[in-house]
Amino acid sequence: MAYNDSDTAGRHAAYAGGPREEDLLPSSAEQSVKVVVVGGFGVGKTTMVGSVSEIRPLTTEETMTQAGAGVDDLAGVERKTETTVAMDFGRITLDERLVLYLFGTPGQQRFWFLWNGVIEGALGAVVLVDTRRLEDSFQAMDRLEECGVPFVVAVNTFPDAPLHPVPELRAALDLPARVPVVTCDARGFDSSREVLLTLLRHLYARATEGDPPSPAVTASPSPSEAP
Amino acid sequence: MTVPEEAEDEPARRKPDDDQPVPLYVVTGGRSESADAMALDLVTLVVARADPHSGQSPEHTALLRMCRYPISVAEISAYLGLPFSAATVLLTDLLDSSQVEVRQTRVEQRQAAADPDLDTLRALIDGLQRL
Repeated sequence: MAYNDSDTAGRHAAYAGGPREEDLLPSSAEQSVKVVVVGGFGVGKTTMVGSVSEIRPLTTEETMTQAGAGVDDLAGVERKTETTVAMDFGRITLDERLVLYLFGTPGQQRFWFLWNGVIEGALGAVVLVDTRRLEDSFQAMDRLEECGVPFVVAVNTFPDAPLHPVPELRAALDLPARVPVVTCDARGFDSSREVLLTLLRHLYARATEGDPPSPAVTASPSPSEAP
Repeated sequence: MTVPEEAEDEPARRKPDDDQPVPLYVVTGGRSESADAMALDLVTLVVARADPHSGQSPEHTALLRMCRYPISVAEISAYLGLPFSAATVLLTDLLDSSQVEVRQTRVEQRQAAADPDLDTLRALIDGLQRL
């Protein structure tokens, strides 16, 4: 239950009418940044968002229309499929002018890829990983690299999941040395905040070092670096 | 001159306790997207510049009330129970009539994200550490 990614049904009704008094931003708020939490289904994205958010997580959705592939037939009938993708998000007010929004992307990754504007414009991303299903995160990492969005990998430590040393995970995920890998408990505030801090320190290091070379160039195996 | 058959009195108006959702094309007046809607990101902060006036749709009125303090498009979408793109269509109406303004355009927000300045990153780190 704590890791349920899809428990969004029926929330809208509870929030009709707008934010509660205590959920209002200061009138001086003027800059917002976006961080996305991506990963496979049930890996704890919504849990992490809820752990650090100052508001109860909200849900936004989008209806995606996609032209059916390979159906450009003689009759000229365009077949389209419609999918509604819901996404939970939370908020952290950092100071009187700066606000961070944290979006947990839905489990069905092939759909949120279609939602333009979710990872575009994101400051960075957290790739949340379940060691029992590492392969679930490959697609998300590929997409982030394509979009040039920097990320850190956070391994959510499920009680019944095997513990792997970080260098081993790094090798299994084929991660370049400069991508930080941390373990976390997505249910915990401190742990989830530490993941965000790891991401921001990573972004800070990148910004002070200038643009690092593209991942394709540096992806050669280098399993020797410290976690 | 043609009078459409479906010109009954405001069939689209949503009663407060009506569970039946109004079709989106009614809420947005048949528009699915506008060029200006693309100027809004999920995290664009919007704030009202004027009070709602009589004659505005319930959606526009609700939206304006929500924007008395800065609020993101994602939050607006969540509170209105509308898809993001539908919320941006309504917001664009209010932007066009200068009833709301954005604190940062999507272009500015994306440029800042692609090349974050150190002051912002430091403010984010400091802010998180203070929590």
